[in-house]
Amino acid sequence: MDLGPHAAFIWAAYAIVAAVLAGLVAWLVLDGRRQQRLVDELEARGVRRRSQQGGAARRGSD
Amino acid sequence: MISMPNLTQRLANPTRFMELSGRLLPWISALACVLLAVGLYMAFTAPLDYQQGHAAKIMFVHVPSAWLAMAGYALVAASSFGLLVFRHPLADVSAKAAAPLGAAFTFLCLVTGSLWGKPMWGAFWVWDPRLTSVLILFFLYLGLIALRSSIEDEALAAKLTAVLALTGIVMLPVIKFSVEWNSLHQPASVMRLGAPTIHATLLWPLLAMAIAMTTLFAALHLKAMRNEILRRRVKALRAVEVEGAGGLAGQPAG
Repeated sequence: MDLGPHAAFIWAAYAIVAAVLAGLVAWLVLDGRRQQRLVDELEARGVRRRSQQGGAARRGSD
Repeated sequence: MISMPNLTQRLANPTRFMELSGRLLPWISALACVLLAVGLYMAFTAPLDYQQGHAAKIMFVHVPSAWLAMAGYALVAASSFGLLVFRHPLADVSAKAAAPLGAAFTFLCLVTGSLWGKPMWGAFWVWDPRLTSVLILFFLYLGLIALRSSIEDEALAAKLTAVLALTGIVMLPVIKFSVEWNSLHQPASVMRLGAPTIHATLLWPLLAMAIAMTTLFAALHLKAMRNEILRRRVKALRAVEVEGAGGLAGQPAG
């Protein structure tokens, strides 16, 4: 595609936008996986949030 | 039909928010990809600008980035207001999630503007009111992120960051009206009183890219909010684990 005498500026602008947006997506996906893995590990060790403990205790007393 | 206050009350429960956002996120992400593909096609097949030629194609990423830089800050400020006034449980999550996204779009606005400025004005940067005020907005975003991460008490960090975010909202009208203060930057050609001054053949690709990038911003914000809720869940679970270990250690043997 011929973008004229300013092609380098145009391609650079689109490349930087693509790189930053791809970086944001990658960061959020990897961070989400890491946080979910940490939650799963803690729950696998039997750790429960207070709200879940309360619910379990109420169910146990019924 | 669910009224707006009713909807925000229902979403106040993070577990319910996680369920709903988990179902919505794949659809919004897929929609953003489709809209971006359509927007890019329209941008690269748009006719040449009579004055700037091909260089005007930078507008299709620069202008949506600029709009999202300001919309992102409005979101941070509105969420901060929701935290300080209504104490909505997800308001701080929303503000914290939006700040790095807003900073990224402000960075894109500055860089793409600079790459557009060099062939059109002959300089990558000039200390023009519009450019300078957007640079201050970028530093304001960085300040919000730095302030939050420098305070260990999460509740205090949330309140102080919210106060700074609300104070910084003064930058939005400054940026908007800065083009009228002896600026090199062109005045508003789409969001203005009266009809847009940009030709329809360039306006439609611009609107398509703006809608696509806004949809992408919404997907990224939703994902960042989900991550933040999970991060707080990890912190709460670790606190329960430590308390449990402390309780067992404190019990008399036998």
